[in-house]
Amino acid sequence: MSDPDAFAALGTIHDAPGGPEAAVTGPGRTLAGDAWETLRSSWVFWGSLVLIAFFVVMAAFPGLFTHVDPASCQAARARVEPSSSAWFGYDVQGCDVYARTIYGARASIVVGTIATLTAMTLGSTVGIYAGFFGGLVDSLLSRLTDIFFAIPLLLGSIIILTSIPTPTGSAFFSILKVSLALAALGWTSTARVARSSVIQVKQADFVSASRALGASRTWMIRKHIVPNAIAPVIVITTISLGSFIGAEATLSYLGIGLQPPVISWGIAINDAAPYVRSTPHMLFFPALFLSLTVLAFISLGDVVREALDPKAM
Amino acid sequence: MARYVARRVLQMLPVMIGTTLLIFVMVWALPGDPFAGRCGQRPCSDAFVAAETARLHLDQSLPVQYGYFLWNMLHGDFGTVANGDTVLHQMIRAFPITLKLTTVAIAFEVVLGIGVGILAALRRGRAFDRATLLSSLVVISLPVFVIGFLVQYIFGVRLGFFRVTVASGAPWRDLIMPGFVLASLSLAFVLRLTRASLLETLNADHVRTAIAKGLPRGMVVRRHVVRNSLIPVITYIGADIGTLLGGAIVTEGIFNIQGIGGLIFSAVKLRENATVVSVTTVVVLIVLVVNLLIDLFYAVLDPRIRYE
Repeated sequence: MSDPDAFAALGTIHDAPGGPEAAVTGPGRTLAGDAWETLRSSWVFWGSLVLIAFFVVMAAFPGLFTHVDPASCQAARARVEPSSSAWFGYDVQGCDVYARTIYGARASIVVGTIATLTAMTLGSTVGIYAGFFGGLVDSLLSRLTDIFFAIPLLLGSIIILTSIPTPTGSAFFSILKVSLALAALGWTSTARVARSSVIQVKQADFVSASRALGASRTWMIRKHIVPNAIAPVIVITTISLGSFIGAEATLSYLGIGLQPPVISWGIAINDAAPYVRSTPHMLFFPALFLSLTVLAFISLGDVVREALDPKAM
Repeated sequence: MARYVARRVLQMLPVMIGTTLLIFVMVWALPGDPFAGRCGQRPCSDAFVAAETARLHLDQSLPVQYGYFLWNMLHGDFGTVANGDTVLHQMIRAFPITLKLTTVAIAFEVVLGIGVGILAALRRGRAFDRATLLSSLVVISLPVFVIGFLVQYIFGVRLGFFRVTVASGAPWRDLIMPGFVLASLSLAFVLRLTRASLLETLNADHVRTAIAKGLPRGMVVRRHVVRNSLIPVITYIGADIGTLLGGAIVTEGIFNIQGIGGLIFSAVKLRENATVVSVTTVVVLIVLVVNLLIDLFYAVLDPRIRYE
């Protein structure tokens, strides 16, 4: 056989013993290594990481940023403009806007995290099964995804949230309900991304080799499919964390998301909306923090996607 | 082609039925009293509850109720609201307004999104390109109600260019501001998509050939780059038409527009379940049909694509 491709293939096998593990240690050779090189010098990457860290700390320890109790409100100082004693001014009920904005980070981050984790688990499970098994399983799961995909996120979650009554006064259930409603409708894009990614990986030679060596399906999914197909899923997860936070704020703004014992940016914006012409400061500060949080997650996802996409370079 | 259309429509049917069933179950079957808040502060009278239960078949099992709902919808009966108005009437009143708003929004997407996207791609890496990329990212991150209030405050309240809310009948002039707000998110996506697609085409062989044979730069861009790059952009805008026709709950709320979005939202708040289910079903149907049309249009635009 004088087929040059066969010799070339032989050469590759001799040059690269050990498979994936050996490839990872090669300096800057792998996709992940390339991506890391691009990311390391990107100020958008570091900027969004710092912003995210800042908001996560704010959500975990709001006491570090303010000593004012967000629940101490006096009607006498309602809608007072920003001053040196209260940097962000006071809201409709005379609460300190700065303190309430700081404490509002927690609800947004928690809703975003629960919704994203649930949507990611659900979506990637459906996507991996549909992509890996194909055939009838794929048809059924894909149609199921289509059904949920056809319902607009905002419209669907409004219907879910108004249909299920919340026990009043319970902050935890209020947060959980909004998160699960968003996840119930938001998992479809993860499923689609995971499915197409798995289909791509499934056709790779090392998967066929593993199958030929008698690997079980579970083992192949765990060892080969998931690690190699996960990158696009992580990217879309980061981006959807940002959009879930935005969706929560929109629902709370409409008055059907989180309910008042919870302090949230969306609720603050809803309270401030009628007075936007006379005292815009009540709306400006929560809106600013909300937008910065969403911006941080979306630009992180965006910059990672660009780094992972070899075509962009 | 005909076989492809037939297959797509057949594939759409189960999705359509599944989606309406899902919405139906979410609205009617979830725990909660369907009469809560329907009669003001007092509980509803027994006679009213009995009459409504019989009219809406609430005493039947859920599949039977869903069957009645589908049957009625196929006959053009979308249900009746508590004040005696039919849902069909409500929709006929709201839809032209949403249609106008969608037209304005799409115009913004086409003119600003594609235009700025092309300019950014041709100036890749320079200040203008970076500024548009950054500002599009900021627009993507701002929730639509924040953009709405910002635009309303700056152009309506401060500068006084436009009326702050839309007058009844929705004249075109009043829809400029809400149309821009509604378009803003997609505008940013269209811009980025146009830019990325153009950059890819600029590297293509046929463009290099065109430059090498000495065509003027303007003609290369117009004839060979832009035309070939716009196919994915047009697909995106087409899909967006479907979404926008489904109504914009937030934008319509901020600018007081009586469109489909406002209709759905007030119906949800008043627990007018018939309106919610029917209008949502029609919205989903519009989205699915528009997406199908876009897929077919794709073949017209790009002769390389064949549906067999």
